[in-house]
Amino acid sequence: MRTEFLTIFWRDMTKFFRSKAMLFTSLIQPALWLALFGLSMSSNFDLITPGVPNQLGVPSVNYLTFMAAGVIAMTVLFTCLYSGISLQFDKQFGLMKEIVASPLPRSHILLGLSLSGVAKSLIQSAIIVLFGFVLGVRFFEGFTIEQTLLSMLGIVLFIVLFALGLLFLASTVAMHLETHESLQGVITLLSLPLFFASNALYPTNSLPLAIKIVSYGNPLSYFITGMRCFSLGSNFYSVGTYYTYGTYDVLTALAFLIVFDIIMFLLALRAIKKAKIV
Amino acid sequence: MMEEHVISVEGLHYSYEKVTAVDNISFSVKKGQIFSFLGPNGAGKTTTINVLTTMLPIQKGKVTIAGFDVDKHQDEVRKSIGIVFQNETLDWNLTVWETLEFHGRLYSIPKSNRRPMIDELIKLVELDEKRNTLVKHLSGGMKRRLEIARGLLTRPKVLFLDEPTIGLDPHSRMRIWDHIKKVNKEGVTIFLTTHYMDEADQLSDTICIMDKGHIIANGTSESLKNSLGMDMIYLETGDDEKAASIVKRMAEINSVRNSLKGLVISLKEEGTRFMPKLVERIRNEGIEIKSVNLKKPTLDDVFIRFTGRELKEENNENAKNKIMM
Repeated sequence: MRTEFLTIFWRDMTKFFRSKAMLFTSLIQPALWLALFGLSMSSNFDLITPGVPNQLGVPSVNYLTFMAAGVIAMTVLFTCLYSGISLQFDKQFGLMKEIVASPLPRSHILLGLSLSGVAKSLIQSAIIVLFGFVLGVRFFEGFTIEQTLLSMLGIVLFIVLFALGLLFLASTVAMHLETHESLQGVITLLSLPLFFASNALYPTNSLPLAIKIVSYGNPLSYFITGMRCFSLGSNFYSVGTYYTYGTYDVLTALAFLIVFDIIMFLLALRAIKKAKIV
Repeated sequence: MMEEHVISVEGLHYSYEKVTAVDNISFSVKKGQIFSFLGPNGAGKTTTINVLTTMLPIQKGKVTIAGFDVDKHQDEVRKSIGIVFQNETLDWNLTVWETLEFHGRLYSIPKSNRRPMIDELIKLVELDEKRNTLVKHLSGGMKRRLEIARGLLTRPKVLFLDEPTIGLDPHSRMRIWDHIKKVNKEGVTIFLTTHYMDEADQLSDTICIMDKGHIIANGTSESLKNSLGMDMIYLETGDDEKAASIVKRMAEINSVRNSLKGLVISLKEEGTRFMPKLVERIRNEGIEIKSVNLKKPTLDDVFIRFTGRELKEENNENAKNKIMM
């Protein structure tokens, strides 16, 4: 097997750990979201939807724990979409030319970038989970050790799949746009509906119809479904809503993300193979 | 064995939509040479280099590099050449060493060869002290040297340099030239494009003058200049027109043309003996002589001879346009 994509991965990670400011902000930002938005909203939500005695035996989940999956989603979303900007930078400021002049297959540019994007996403998610625990996020409550480990694997799988799709999407957009300024605009525009027309911060059942429809086609919603099922269990009560996840829901989410990844991969591959870099 | 050609180009043609950039050119480069493409901006030099280095596809013609057909064996060609692009292609947030390491890995050079080679090249381009410095902290000349080192990492048979000293100060330029000569002495064939006459003149074994997609002259610097005759005289008088008509009738001269500062006379013989005769003849006609200057022909004169335009002026024009844009 050809492993040249590891070169692209190595360069990206070297830079990630080098730029201390970037590393720090990319780790502190999700923590701040959790601390500021999470804690503030949580005190309000818990007031509005007080511990209504819910169905027998179904655990109540506080808002902070509920939205923690949303913060992970948001972090992965931004990290991966912003990887497009570094690709665009290479294209605009020359290094891409050095890469495409080498015998490295172009698909490896994409593979290397994806690998580093996934690695960054996993590191950041782990930090959110740890920091969240300090603030009062309670993942894996009532799970046995085996269940916890299995759930962690499930979470990693979902983060990988979600990150890949976003990385391919960002690469496609980056290869089509000429400047990083325009890319920045497009990324911001993309991230708004992806994040807010979803179940990341609130249940979708009471959303206006149009937003609800968007949320059903939104990969982020399926990512959250998987994350919540693995971190909170198949039955729980939160934000005035009773959640129940079956095997069917998890498999649907998995299938949706896999299809999303495949489509995005094909688009990105086509864009990077067709790109004229002279 | 016959004369070895490391690059051979036959009937190469390249157009961008409606604009023809390279129009049916053919040339070959002997192994171990420094070969220059000299011409104004927009002459088609970079397009040619891009086709030769597989960055652009072959539209028409046949190109062989180090024995490989560029159209059919892209990867083999890529492994036999090194490229220093016209515009900087460096990652500012990598160190000197990392830049080379990255390149070596891109070309799948095994670690056991790669690491010693990197050390050797860092020494060659005198960046030992900057080994762990980020690229963004290097000067323009150092960045260029790093790019040359990078181009050599794969032990290429040919090193392509597209305008290697563009935008550098005179001191850095001379140093880059020294490095290019040093690399060439170690057996690497050099293909460079430039719009600086002195660069082509100082460095090259063979010069190919290119203009508007065509090769207009080809040879050693000496042979190109000698094709114009022996010496050039720059003459400024009170009445250039009348002086020109007198000079034209003299047997020793090749040609006369008007420039911004008087007449430029190309001679068949050495100028030192002819000059007094010329001065006397013009004085006798009652024309005042303001200045006389004897020079050896330059590549610029060669360019003028074939195109009727000055290479220098054109470069200045281009520079002005760039600033205005």
